[in-house]
Amino acid sequence: MGKLEINRVQKSYGQAKVLKEVNISLEEGGFLVLLGPSGCGKSTLLNMIAGLEDISAGEIRIAGETVNDRSPKDRDIAMVFQSYALYPTMTVRQNIEFGMKIRKIPSKERSAAIEAAAEMLQMTDLLDRKPSQLSGGQRQRVAMGRAIVRNPKLFLFDEPLSNLDAKLRVDMRTEIKRLHKRLGTTIVYVTHDQIEAMTLATQVAVMKDGIVQHLGVPQEVYDRPANVYVAKFVGSPAMNIIPGKLVDSEAGATVAFTLPNGKVGRVSGIALSDEARRRYQDKPVLVGIRPEHFTPTKGEGINVGIDVLEPTGPDTLAVFSLGGVEVIARLEPFATAVGEQLCLAVKTDKVVLFDPETENRLN
Amino acid sequence: MSTDLVSRQCYRLLGRLVIYGGLVVLAAFYLMPLWVMAVTSLKSLDEIYGGSFIDFPKLVTFDAWAKAWGTACIGTVCDGLKPYFLNSILMVVPAVILSTAAGAMNGYILSKWRFRGANIVFGLLLFGCFLPFQVVLLPMAQLLGRLGIAGTIPGLIFVHTVYGITFTTMFFRNYFVTIPDELIKAALIDGAGFFRIFFSIMLPAALPIIVVSCIWQFTQIWNDFLFGVSFTSGEASPITVALNNIVNVTMGRKQYNVDMAAAMIAAMPTLVVYVVAGRYFVRGLTAGSVKG
Repeated sequence: MGKLEINRVQKSYGQAKVLKEVNISLEEGGFLVLLGPSGCGKSTLLNMIAGLEDISAGEIRIAGETVNDRSPKDRDIAMVFQSYALYPTMTVRQNIEFGMKIRKIPSKERSAAIEAAAEMLQMTDLLDRKPSQLSGGQRQRVAMGRAIVRNPKLFLFDEPLSNLDAKLRVDMRTEIKRLHKRLGTTIVYVTHDQIEAMTLATQVAVMKDGIVQHLGVPQEVYDRPANVYVAKFVGSPAMNIIPGKLVDSEAGATVAFTLPNGKVGRVSGIALSDEARRRYQDKPVLVGIRPEHFTPTKGEGINVGIDVLEPTGPDTLAVFSLGGVEVIARLEPFATAVGEQLCLAVKTDKVVLFDPETENRLN
Repeated sequence: MSTDLVSRQCYRLLGRLVIYGGLVVLAAFYLMPLWVMAVTSLKSLDEIYGGSFIDFPKLVTFDAWAKAWGTACIGTVCDGLKPYFLNSILMVVPAVILSTAAGAMNGYILSKWRFRGANIVFGLLLFGCFLPFQVVLLPMAQLLGRLGIAGTIPGLIFVHTVYGITFTTMFFRNYFVTIPDELIKAALIDGAGFFRIFFSIMLPAALPIIVVSCIWQFTQIWNDFLFGVSFTSGEASPITVALNNIVNVTMGRKQYNVDMAAAMIAAMPTLVVYVVAGRYFVRGLTAGSVKG
């Protein structure tokens, strides 16, 4: 178990800068998820932590020790790959044993470790099979077993669930969470799936273009995203980003939107610092509202006309137009019908505002 | 409607007959030379000169085979093909092993330990595949002379190994690129080094392509005539050169039965190898084209 510190780490291939100064600190026993689209540098960062790629600048420390110049095997880490990376000609047992053999662990200890790991992952009866005889989920289990017997300071997961089908993915997600609880080992986990990030992480780092856009606990990333990009990337459907205008009002910060019928709708009582309020007074802002923070109301609200309804089962997504963009609200089933006019109230304490130019969140 | 069905079935049957009939005729035509070789080698010389070409022998005799193997004369030496067969074995086995081993290592490096310019190196190696034999004859003769192995079996082994590396490298490199890089990463994290990964992970996974490489090299080297006739002479000749000498240098009546038997003996090993391991050959050549 160990703390992970990533200090001012950069990576460039020739002229191309893939990572531009990444700073992350992860407490012992933490679960860090690197979240981002493909090409954002998250896998590169993971490979650098593993020692599979050189660090162009900066420093990576595992359990207080700088590991920049150490080879992967001397970093006391274990890694699970997207393609499982099981050695195809070896049985499950040999796969798990391979690393221990190289580290010259006595055969008695080896078999004890294999038995323990197999039991923990419920694959005792698979030990003598070849990887080609296993299903995707079983292969992923073997890959995790191989990592567990190493008993490392740090687990690295590189999109481990991406190759599994939807149902299995949910099961394995739970299994990984359970494993983390049980072993208490520090984990770094790379994914492009924001649900995995929300469910697993103690810390999420949302990345784009080689920059960490937002580092924080999952709920904070969800509720108060650092910028428009993070707001749109986390959450499904994404947060609505609606152009509006900050107007003067007694009741907290108030934004005004243009409604399709030309009238003006207002949302009041948004939490905003006095300084930001003064700076953006009467200026355009981007208003971020999550779909679930709209509710139909009989009292005061915004009047909208419903264009499309998408029932998902537990709730229905209603699409309407507001401030010149399409907006999605998550409503109860049968709350409305297509073509109907609906008055929606907004949960104002959850609304966030962004600067329209920098797209950063206003405090 | 039922007559319609019947006529359609008849039509299909007729189609089948035409197809299979055609195939049988073509196959027979294709096998004709082999048939002639086989029956001629089993006839006595008198019968060949007296009778028809493709008839089954009236009296089956293995004399020609025995003569080709043990007592046929090449120049003044009358030992048959036996010593040269042995020469070929002594040449083929080390050359196949060496060129396959070198190709495996090259392929491993060119696919998994890529360095700056790896693609250029591979491109140049591929270029070697298209180099005609004749181009290298003179420089190779000079080199063999300087190395002091001209006119010897080790010299031939050297030539065939060098010439074969281009092909074996291509086989292994193209096979190894289909093995995911993550496997190497996992092994590195497990603590395996360059050679450990090669011997414990890559080679066991490469069995199909090892078979392909061995069959390919065996056939090429066994059947080679040009290098054999250029770089060796007399007792060090491989079987292909000896066969040529037996057939072309004769006194008196041309001994067709001995010639045919000798040709079949010379062709036998490659046939056997192909029959025994042929299915691996096809499987190995197509492996990697389908992800599995």
